[in-house]
Amino acid sequence: MNKVTHTFPQEQLSKKQLRKKTLLSFLIFVVLGAAAWFLFSSVKNAPKDDGASKPLRSVLSANESIFSSVFSSKKLVKEYPLSAAAKTVRVNGSDGLEDGVDTANWRLHVVKQNGDTLTLTLTDIKKLPKKDIVFDFKCIEGWSQVTHWAGVPLKTFMQTYGLTEESKMNYVGLQTPNKKYYVGIDMPSAVQEQTILCYEMNGAPLPLNQGYPLRLIIPVKYGVKHLKRISTMYFSNSKPPDFWAERGYDYYAGH
Amino acid sequence: MMLNCLRHPSIPLNSTQSLPATRIILKPTVMPTVVKKHPLAIRWFHWLNFPILACMIWSGLLIYWANDEYKIKLGQKEFFHFFPDGFYKTLNVPFRLAEGMSWHFTFMWLFFINGLLYVLFTLFSGQWRLLVPNKKSFKESWLVVLHDLHIRRTAPEFLKYNAAQRVAYTLVVLMGIGSLLTGLAIYKPVTFSALAWLCGGYEAARLEHFILTLGYVLFFLIHIAQVIKTGWNNFQAMVTGFEIIKPNQTVNNE
Repeated sequence: MNKVTHTFPQEQLSKKQLRKKTLLSFLIFVVLGAAAWFLFSSVKNAPKDDGASKPLRSVLSANESIFSSVFSSKKLVKEYPLSAAAKTVRVNGSDGLEDGVDTANWRLHVVKQNGDTLTLTLTDIKKLPKKDIVFDFKCIEGWSQVTHWAGVPLKTFMQTYGLTEESKMNYVGLQTPNKKYYVGIDMPSAVQEQTILCYEMNGAPLPLNQGYPLRLIIPVKYGVKHLKRISTMYFSNSKPPDFWAERGYDYYAGH
Repeated sequence: MMLNCLRHPSIPLNSTQSLPATRIILKPTVMPTVVKKHPLAIRWFHWLNFPILACMIWSGLLIYWANDEYKIKLGQKEFFHFFPDGFYKTLNVPFRLAEGMSWHFTFMWLFFINGLLYVLFTLFSGQWRLLVPNKKSFKESWLVVLHDLHIRRTAPEFLKYNAAQRVAYTLVVLMGIGSLLTGLAIYKPVTFSALAWLCGGYEAARLEHFILTLGYVLFFLIHIAQVIKTGWNNFQAMVTGFEIIKPNQTVNNE
C-alpha cells in the first residue's frame, strides 16, 4: 500500500474574515436544519390519503410499482415438512367475523364479468384438486409462524370455473359475509400457484376463528390479505377497497 | 486529543518517523490559519444522514412495538425487555405501526441514496484513504481507546482520523449496508429469498436488523461524547469545513 501523503489545503484569514465565514456556515446550517424540520412536519401533517399522509402514500404506491415489477409469480414461497407446522396456530384479528356464520346457508359468490354470479357450496369447492401447504405465515405486525393449510389453488379454481376473462383483470376483491372485512389483491399474486382457497388447517376443517368454512391463504402476502370467511369474490381493473389499506397500511403488502 | 488532529500540512505523513517527539511549532503569525478538513460533500452526507437515520430509527421503533419480542435472558431470568412500557409511553410509540411503516418505507430510499453517494464520493475523491483502517489501525485503535479512557498517556499519531475513528467510521458504513440488506430481506423475503437465506432466515434477519439499530444508538452516544470531549474547534469543522489553527499555536499530537 502506498504511503499516504495527503495534505490539507490551508489558508490564512483575518479574524474578521474568519468570523464572517464561520457565521455564514452556521447560518446556512441552521436555515437548512429548520427547512428539514419544516419539511418533516408538513409531510407529517399533510392531508391523509386512506389513513396515510399523502406524500407517504404516494411513495408506498411507487414502492408497489417498483417491487411488483420485480415480483415473479413463478417464484415459490419456501415450503416446510409437515412436522414443522405449529400445532397451536396463532389467531390474530376477527374483523368481519363478528356475526358468526350460518353454516347451512353459506355459499361462495363469484361475480363474473358478464354479470352472472356463480354460487358454490363448500362441497363444490372440495371436489377440486386439493393442495396442502406448510409455509412461514407472516403477520404485518412482525411475527411469523410455520403453519399447515389445505384447499384448492385459486388458479385451478378460476380455470375450472372458466374465469378466463376475469383472470386478465388487474385485481381480485374479497369480502366476508357481513362485508365488514374486505381485501384487494393484485392478479399476479392471486394466481401464484401457492395461493389457495383454504378449508383445512392442520388436516381438519378450519376453526371458526380461522374463517370457517373458507378463507384465503396467500403466502406471498402479509396475513392482513388472508381474508377469513370468504363470501364474495369479484374482479376489477382498479384497486378494490381494502380494510387495512384504508387504515394507513400499504395496499400491496406483498413479499 | 482530536482537537488538533491536523498535522501541519507542509509535513507529509510519511516523514513522521523522523520527527523528534510529537511537538510541532508553527511559524508565529498574526492571522489565524484555517485548514480545510471536511469537504463540502462529506458535510452534506453527514448532516443529511443524521435526520434520515433518526427518522429510520423512530419509525423502526413504531414498527417494532407491534411485535416487541426481544429480551435479554439468562436461563429463566429476564434482565431487560426491549422495551419497557414507560419508554414507549414517553416516546408516544403505541399503536402507530401503519404510520411507522409508511415513514420507514419512504426514508429507506433517502438512507440508501445518501449512503450510496457517500460511499461513491469517498471512493472517487480518495477520501477513503483517510477513513478506511490500514494495517496499523486495529492495533492502534486499542491504544486510542486506552488513551481516551485515561489509562495510557500517549496516543498514536494520525492525520485526519485516528485509528479508532477509522475503525468506527468504516464499521458504521458496513452496518448501514447490513441494515439495507437485512431490511430488504424482511421487506421482500420471497422476491429476495436468497438474501433472506443468507441472513439465516426471515426471523433472523429481523433480529439482525434490530441489533444493528442498537449499534447505531451506541455509536451515536459514543460519537456525541467524543465530540463534546474534543471541543468546539473540531465540532464547528463539521459545519464550516475548516479547523482553525491559532497563531503561535502548538500542534500537539500527544
